[in-house]
Amino acid sequence: MGILVDENSRILVQGITGREGGFHASACKAYGTNVVAGVTPGKGGQFFEDTVPIFNTVEEAVRETQANVALGFVPPPFAADAIAEAADAEIPLIICITEGVPVLDTVRISRYIENKPVRLIGPNCPGLITPGANCKIGIMPGSIHKTGRVGVVSRSGTLTYEAVGQLTNLGIGQSSCVGIGGDQVIGTNFVDVLKMFNDDPETDMVVFIGEIGGTMEQQAAEYIKKSFGKPLCALIVGSAAPAGKRMGHAGAIITGESARAESKVAALRDAGAVIIPTPADIGPTAKTVFDALH
Amino acid sequence: MKIHEYQAKEVLARYGINVPSSRLASSAEEAGQATQDLGGKAVLKAQVHAGGRGQGGGIKVVNSPDEARPAAAAMLGSNLVTHQTGPEGAPVNHVLVEELADIDRELYLAITIDRDFRGPIMLASSAGGMDIEEVAATRPQDIYMEPLSPILGLMPFQTRRLTAKLGLTGPSAQSATRIMNALYKVFTELDCSLVEINPLIVTGQGELVALDAKLNLDDDSLFRHTDLQELRDPAQEDELEYRAGSLDIAYVKLDGDVGCLVNGAGLAMATLDVTTAAGAMPANFLDVGGGATIEKVASAVSIILSDRKVTRVLVNIFGGILRCDVAASGVVKAYREHGINLPLVVRLLGTNAEEGRTIFAESGLPVTFADNLNDIAAALGQTS
Repeated sequence: MGILVDENSRILVQGITGREGGFHASACKAYGTNVVAGVTPGKGGQFFEDTVPIFNTVEEAVRETQANVALGFVPPPFAADAIAEAADAEIPLIICITEGVPVLDTVRISRYIENKPVRLIGPNCPGLITPGANCKIGIMPGSIHKTGRVGVVSRSGTLTYEAVGQLTNLGIGQSSCVGIGGDQVIGTNFVDVLKMFNDDPETDMVVFIGEIGGTMEQQAAEYIKKSFGKPLCALIVGSAAPAGKRMGHAGAIITGESARAESKVAALRDAGAVIIPTPADIGPTAKTVFDALH
Repeated sequence: MKIHEYQAKEVLARYGINVPSSRLASSAEEAGQATQDLGGKAVLKAQVHAGGRGQGGGIKVVNSPDEARPAAAAMLGSNLVTHQTGPEGAPVNHVLVEELADIDRELYLAITIDRDFRGPIMLASSAGGMDIEEVAATRPQDIYMEPLSPILGLMPFQTRRLTAKLGLTGPSAQSATRIMNALYKVFTELDCSLVEINPLIVTGQGELVALDAKLNLDDDSLFRHTDLQELRDPAQEDELEYRAGSLDIAYVKLDGDVGCLVNGAGLAMATLDVTTAAGAMPANFLDVGGGATIEKVASAVSIILSDRKVTRVLVNIFGGILRCDVAASGVVKAYREHGINLPLVVRLLGTNAEEGRTIFAESGLPVTFADNLNDIAAALGQTS
C-alpha cells in the first residue's frame, strides 16, 4: 500500500518537546499515525500527551519501542547530529523537516549514511503521507488527502498541498505523497521516489512537481524515458523567476540554462511526460490522464 | 551572502594566499594618497557585489595620483551598471586601489557545491580572466573538475592532476598546490557556497597571486559565523529585500504591479507563474513562512506596499501552521496602518479559511475572493 510507509510504521519524533515538533506530533497522531516515541536529550522519562514515552537517546527509544521511522524537527544547528543519531541506530527511514540546515552539514551527512541501511528524506521537506494506511509523517494538512491510486512527488511543501487539494477536489485519491525537500543537497531525489512508485502495485500514475534550480528534473526525465512504466503528469514552477535569485528554497535558484523551467519542461516532455501548463491545471490534467487509464 | 572583493581578499590572505598590495579608499583624496603609497601607479576597482565591472567602467588603471583622484571621484557615489546588476546598478561606496600586476598567465580556480555530486568540487582552468560561464559554454574541455570527498578532502593526487593540467611545474606548481589546499580550507571552515579566484595570475617571476576574488557564504550557516555576518553590506542589496531578510521573510523584488503575499516557496513561485499566465506582472516573490504571526504578516504586506509600482495585492494562503485568520488580520492591519485602499485578490484555503474570509469581508477593503488558482487569474483580469 503506497510507498515507504504502511500500517507497521512506528514513528519516533526527534524534537517532540519543541513547539513545532509537539504541534506536528499531535497532528500526526490525530491522523492515525502510530507515534511510538519521542526523543529530546535531557527529557527522558517524561511523556508526550500522557501517552508517548520520551527518551534521551534514539538508541534507547528504538530498543524500547521498535520505532522504524524517525521524524525530525530539530533546529538547524543540531539537525545533522539528529540525523546521524537516527542513522547510527539504523532506523531505516529518516525524515528531516528542518529548514535552514547548512549545506555542508547535509553533504557530510549524505556521506555518513551512504553505507548504512537507511534512507534520508529532506531536509527542508514536508514529509510524506500514505492516506490508505492512515499514515502521515510530516507537516501536511491531513484533511485534504484522499485514499487512491495517484502518487505525488514534489520539491515543495505548500505547492504539494495545492496539488493534492486539486486532485481530491476532482475525486482523485493518492497512494502516497512525498515532499523530497527544497534544499540544494537532499537525501532522496526524484528518481529514487519514481522507482518506488514504479514498483508500487497500488500506484497507477504520478503527479510530479519540480521547480527551477539544479538538474534533478532532467535526471528524472532520463529515468522516465528509459524505465518508468506509468503515466506521469509534470509541472515545473518558477518560469517567472529571475536568474540568480534564491526563490525561498535554497535550491530554487537559476544558475545556468539547465536550471531554468523551460529546460526542465523540455526534458520531461521529451521523456513522454504530460506537461501541466500552469499550476491551476494540476487537477484537470491529472484527471484527463487518470480517466483514460480507468 | 555576498561580500566585497576587498573582504574576500582579506580572508584569502589570512589563509596564506598571495594577494596584491592594496588600500581601500572611500574618497578621491584617499585614492590619490593610496596610489602615491603604491608607487604612483595603480588600478582602481569599484567595490560592488557584481561581476563584469570592467565593461561597466568599474576598473581603471591610473598612472599617477593626479589621475587617480578624478577617476575615483567618477566612480564613488555613482551606481555601476554591469550585466549582473539591474539597470539601476549597484552603488559604489569604496574603491580598492591596488598595485599593478605583472601578468604572465591568467588561471581560474574555484570551489562550489555540485548538486549532482552532492558535495564540493574544485574547478580549474587555464582560461582565467574570462567569464567562466562563457568558458563552460564555448570550450568546456578547458575546465578541469575534481569532486572533493567530504571525508578525505582535497587529496594530493588531485592537486597533482590539476597543476599538471594547468601546465604548472616546479615552484609554480608548489604555490598552486598550497593555494588549492588553502582554498579548500576557506571553503569548508567558512561554509562558503562559492569561493573563486579569477584570475589567479602567474607573474613574470613565476609567483601565483589572486588578482580578483569572490566569496559567497551559505546563508543557512551564518548562525555559526557571527564574525562573517559583519561583512554584510546592506547598501549592495535591494532595500526591501534586505528589510524582508532581517524579518526572516523570503522576498524578491520583481518588475510588475501585482504585490504577492504567499506562504511557502513552491506556492509562491506557482503564484508568480499563474499571475504571469493571466497576463499580469508580479511585483515580487514573497514567502511569509509557516509560523507567521499577525505582526509578521503585516510587516510582509508593508514591504510589498513599499514598492511604489504595486497597484493591487494578491493574497494566496494555503493555511497549515499559518492560519488563514492570522494572515487576514495581518493584511487588514497593514492596510489600515498605511491608510491605503488598493484592490485585493484573496484566496484562502485550509486552516480557518472561513474565519479569514469573514475578516476580509468585514474590513470594508476592496476584496475580490478567489476559490482556486483559476479564479485568481480571472480576478487579476478584472482588477487591472
